Amino acid sequence: MGGTANLADMFQVRLHGRGGQGVVTAAEMLSVAAFLEGRHAQAFPSFGSERTGAPVVSFCRIDDKPIRLREPILEPDALIIQDTTLLAAVQVFQGLGPDGYVLINTAKSVEDLGIEAAVGGLPEGRVRMVPATDLALRHVGRPVPNAALLGAFAAVSGLLRFDSVEKAIREKFKGPIGDGNVEAARAAFEAIAVPA
Amino acid sequence: MLKQIEGSRGVAEAVALCRPEVICAYPISPQTHIVEACGELVKSGELENCEYINVESEFAALSVAIGASAAGARSYTATASQGLLFMAEAVYNAAGLGLPIVMTIGNRAIGAPINIWNDHSDAMSMRDAGWIQLYAETNQEAADLHIQAFRLAERLSCPVMVCMDGFILTHAYEGIDIPDQAEVDAFLPPFVPQQVLDPADPYSIGAMVGPEAFTEVRYLAHDKQIQALEVIPEIQSAFEEQFGRDSGGLFHTHHCDGAATIVVTMGSLAGTLKDAVDELAEEGPRVGVLTLSCYRPFPKAELREALKKAKRIIVVEKCLATGFGGIVSTDLRMALQGMELIVKTVVAGLGGRPVTRPALKSMLRRALKGELADLHFLDLNRGMVDRELANQRKGIATGPTAENLLKDVAIHGTGA
Repeated sequence: MGGTANLADMFQVRLHGRGGQGVVTAAEMLSVAAFLEGRHAQAFPSFGSERTGAPVVSFCRIDDKPIRLREPILEPDALIIQDTTLLAAVQVFQGLGPDGYVLINTAKSVEDLGIEAAVGGLPEGRVRMVPATDLALRHVGRPVPNAALLGAFAAVSGLLRFDSVEKAIREKFKGPIGDGNVEAARAAFEAIAVPA
Repeated sequence: MLKQIEGSRGVAEAVALCRPEVICAYPISPQTHIVEACGELVKSGELENCEYINVESEFAALSVAIGASAAGARSYTATASQGLLFMAEAVYNAAGLGLPIVMTIGNRAIGAPINIWNDHSDAMSMRDAGWIQLYAETNQEAADLHIQAFRLAERLSCPVMVCMDGFILTHAYEGIDIPDQAEVDAFLPPFVPQQVLDPADPYSIGAMVGPEAFTEVRYLAHDKQIQALEVIPEIQSAFEEQFGRDSGGLFHTHHCDGAATIVVTMGSLAGTLKDAVDELAEEGPRVGVLTLSCYRPFPKAELREALKKAKRIIVVEKCLATGFGGIVSTDLRMALQGMELIVKTVVAGLGGRPVTRPALKSMLRRALKGELADLHFLDLNRGMVDRELANQRKGIATGPTAENLLKDVAIHGTGA
């Protein structure tokens, strides 16, 4: 396992991607997975007029107490970055705490991406990469990385069981599309949880 | 059953449980998901005996709802922003005719400039149209208010708007307990219209009324809203008894007992405000929060009672009466006249500007020190405003203000 995030306090996840990558759906599925484990969860989008390819942000809060807060997530505990082209375009790391988690959709390394300065101070194992688009193409047949990233996030954070992520994906995607997304998520989960 | 669903979906399911017979739909963000989900529920057969009518405009949406309601059908529609403005004439007609239509407003700013984001300008523009206006704090409350709204509307034969913050609530996924059909049936009896267009017993609805009786018609509409001040808490109690949840009513209070300073607000802002005042309580005196659920009728006497021991009231509102100041705070000042306290207006969250705990706490610290102006704009970018004012002082042909400000953002960013 990559981590053991606990819920002594609210856990806040900010997801960055581009329109068409399922960023909003990812936050919604994450909230459903947390809900299925008996937690309070709140997911919401960045409320833009969404266009394909435009930067999109979505948010998910998870807590053991009811969530009243409605402000955008300014100090995330975890970042899920669906598209590495955002690293140069948007201040994705803004507000990330010193104990934060970062999950990036890429086959590259921290050094290849040139983000040592932004993530170098984070604890061991908190910055993880997973080639989620490749996994989606293989298992779903479309370059939509969101489900795979959720699978990986379950392993990175230790916050959710994989079967909750699977159920959340199947709530959104029925039939063969659901099967494919679950397989992509499982492959990503195992890539993090059981390193080769 | 407790479900993790989008607010819009929760409202659609709650509306469907109320067994509407006609739903008129014309999409506009951020309301679209609500009427889409209603359409799915009709098409799938989950909502039976309901005619779902796609209309060509918002004006038609409410006009069709008026016709359906006058013919004795439980009728529902939803809109937002410019859509509400476009149906304005019908909004007044629905109230003037006393038809118990329920309409959701996914609250959103009004243009120009074009802005699809949340504030309360749309519902505020119709505050005096004769509809009862209820505001939801959470998606649970939004769902619950719809079930209460049909009972309230039909009891008084008066239309009810249920206002929920666009995007912030309509597009948020959170836990919503959706009741069983049998429970809702027990709470909400079948619609028995006070007036109905019936070929077997014909009469007209919508007479022309001249000076001889118009004032009396209006007086009775006002009186009906005053009656609502008693009916709304009754329905809230009945709802709590049936469903075990304290939703709706006239207002909710959070640590108001003994608080010298109380913040008054409406809608989803209340959640962030409660977190902000709870954090602030660690460094200073307790600040209370009073969240209005019912804005029309305005519960004057009840607010006087609830706020009688406070010394300072801060109204945080998502709307602006241009050229004057606050809207909710103006109503509150009227309600509290003669009492020894001060009322400050804080305009916040216009056009989707995020309202954050740091901004609220900073404002409250100033308020507690007596440093807040009577009219304060939360998070106003003073530099941006001053640069444009300087530009305008240069003389004529200084260009469109909105475009000038966007250029300013491109140059200076969104900082000061």
